[in-house]
Amino acid sequence: MDNKLLMRGSQVIGEAAIRAGCRFYAGYPITPQNELPEFMSGAMAGLKDGTFIQAESEIAAINMVIGASMAGARAMTSSSSPGISLKQEGISFLAALELPAIIVNVMRGGPGLGNIAPSQGDYFQATRGGGHGDYRSIVLAPAHGQELADLTRMGFEYADRYRTPVTILADGMMGQMMEPVVFPDPIDPVELPPKPWVLDGARGRPSRIIKSLILDTVEMEEHNWKLARKYRIIADEIPRVETYMTEDARLVVIAYGTAARIARGGIKRARETGLKVGLLRPVTLWPFPERAIMEMSRLVKDFMVLEMNTGQMIDDVRLALEGRSSVHFYGRPGGIIPTPDEVAKAISSLYYRQKLREG
Amino acid sequence: MEEIVFSRPRYMKKTPFHYCPGCGHSIIHRLMAEVLEELGIGERAIGVPPAGCAVLAYDYFDVDMGEAPHGRGPALATGIKRILPDRIVFSYQGDGDIAAIGTAETIHAANRGENITVIFVNNNCYGMTGGQMAPTTLLGQNSTTTPGGRDEGRDGPPIDLSEMIALTRGAVYIERTAVNSIRNIRHTKKAITKAFQVQMRGLGFSLVEILSPCPTNWKMSPADACRWIDEGVTQTFPLKVIKDETH
Repeated sequence: MDNKLLMRGSQVIGEAAIRAGCRFYAGYPITPQNELPEFMSGAMAGLKDGTFIQAESEIAAINMVIGASMAGARAMTSSSSPGISLKQEGISFLAALELPAIIVNVMRGGPGLGNIAPSQGDYFQATRGGGHGDYRSIVLAPAHGQELADLTRMGFEYADRYRTPVTILADGMMGQMMEPVVFPDPIDPVELPPKPWVLDGARGRPSRIIKSLILDTVEMEEHNWKLARKYRIIADEIPRVETYMTEDARLVVIAYGTAARIARGGIKRARETGLKVGLLRPVTLWPFPERAIMEMSRLVKDFMVLEMNTGQMIDDVRLALEGRSSVHFYGRPGGIIPTPDEVAKAISSLYYRQKLREG
Repeated sequence: MEEIVFSRPRYMKKTPFHYCPGCGHSIIHRLMAEVLEELGIGERAIGVPPAGCAVLAYDYFDVDMGEAPHGRGPALATGIKRILPDRIVFSYQGDGDIAAIGTAETIHAANRGENITVIFVNNNCYGMTGGQMAPTTLLGQNSTTTPGGRDEGRDGPPIDLSEMIALTRGAVYIERTAVNSIRNIRHTKKAITKAFQVQMRGLGFSLVEILSPCPTNWKMSPADACRWIDEGVTQTFPLKVIKDETH
C-alpha cells in the first residue's frame, strides 16, 4: 500500500495529532511515553505555527493546554498513569469549561509509582471522569498502530464537535511497538471551522467569559443537566466496537487495547481446537458500547472479560448485560502481559466448565 | 461648557463590585481598566482571573476572560499567549494563589520569560475562605489558622515571592506597590502601566505585587487597614522596584 510508514506507537500519536491540526503540545517527562513529547518537540519546531512546551509539572502542562484551547488551538498533552492522576484537576476543568483537548495516557503498572510495564489499571480513572464533579469524558482505546493514528484524528474531531476533553487510552506496549501505518492527509488549522466561543480579544464583539464557577445552585443544576444532555448525545452517537469470529460463538471474550490483541491470538488457538469463541472489542470505553454487548447476549450466554488489571471494565460489562448472561474474568495486573497461550487455556477451561461443547 | 472629568472606564462593566467595604480589589480593577484604555489594548486583552475573592473579576472587566484553577493562572496564560502572541494576556492572582498553591507555575512562567503580565494582589490572608494564614501572613498576625498569631517556628516566615521571581532570568520588571493612599494608588497605576508596556514591547515577564487592605479578615476599619499597610505590612514587604531590566 502507498504511504505506509513504519513507526513507533507513541510517535504515531504525535504524527496523527500534527496532521489533525494540533499546534500546541505541553507535557512532562514520564516513562513509558517519552517518545511522544520528544517527537512533538521536533515536529512543532518544524512548524511556523507550532508550540511545544516542556512544562514544569503535569499540572502546568494540562493548564497550558486549557489556555491554548481557550485561545482556539487544537491542543494535546500526554503522560502515563501517575502523571494522569496529577492532570485530573485540569481534566475536570476542561469538562466544566466545555473545552476541547486531547489527553494521551500511555498506561503503566500501578497504583502509586508502580512500574513502567504496560497495564490497564487506569480504566476506572479514565472512564469515571477521574477528576472531581459530575462529568464524563470520551475515552478511546486503540489496539494497533493504525488505530492509534485513526483514533487520534477522530479524538480531535470529537473534542471539537462536543467541546469536551478526549482521552486516548493506550499502554506501554502500544507506545513502544513499531507497526506500519497509513496517515490521513494533514489538516491546516486555518481551514478548521471557526470556534465562536474562543478568547481572542473582544474586538468588534462583546467580551466573552469562559468559566466554571456557578455559585447559584439553580444555575449550577442547569449546567449539570446541560452537560448530562450532551453526554447522552455522545453516548448515542459514538459507541464503537470491533468483533472477531463472533458469528457462531458460544463464548465471547471482551477486551480492549493490548489485551484485545492478545485475546485474538488466544481465540485463534482455541478455534484450532474446535472451540467456538469470538472477541468483542470496545473501541470507545466511554461511552461504553452497552448496546452492542446487550445485543450479543441474545445469542451468547457466557462472556469472558480479559483485562490487564484485577477487574475494572468487567463492571461495565455486567451493567450492560443486566444479568442476561454469565460474566467471567481473566486478568493479569501489575504490568504482566498475558500470552495468547495462557488466554487460550483460560478460554478452554471456562468453555468446558460451562459445558459449552455440549449444549 | 460641560467637561467629563470622571466616568466608568471603558473596560469596566456596569456590574457593582461585590467586594467588602475597604477592599483593594475594586481600586486595582479600576486602575487596570484605565490602563487598558489608555494604552489602547482593551480589545486585544485576555485576562485570567484566580480562585479567591477576585474569581469574579470576569464580571467586572469588559475584556475576554478565562478562568483558571487555583494557582494555575500563569500556566493557563502561557497557553493563551503562545497561541495568540499579539494579544495582551494578564493573570490576576492573590497571595495564596500565586505564592502557595501556584508557586511552581508562577516561577517557571517567569523563568521562561513568558511575555505576560501578572497582577499579584497581596492582602496577607486567604480572603474568600475566611481569613486563614497565607504564605504572606506577617509574623504575629492573627488568622483563623494561626491561633496566637503566625509563629515562625511553627508556621514558617512570610515568603518573599516577588523577590524570588526576580531571581529568574526571564523576569523583566517586578515592582511592589500598595493601594492604601492616594499617592500609592497613583504610583500603582504607573507600575501597572509599565508592566503592560513591558508586554507590549515583547520584553518578557512582568509582575506588579500590590499590597491591598483586607479590613474584613484583618478585623480592622478600612482606615485602620490602610494605616496598617504603612505601619506593619511594608515593614515585611517594602514598597520598591524589585527588578527592572527594561532599559
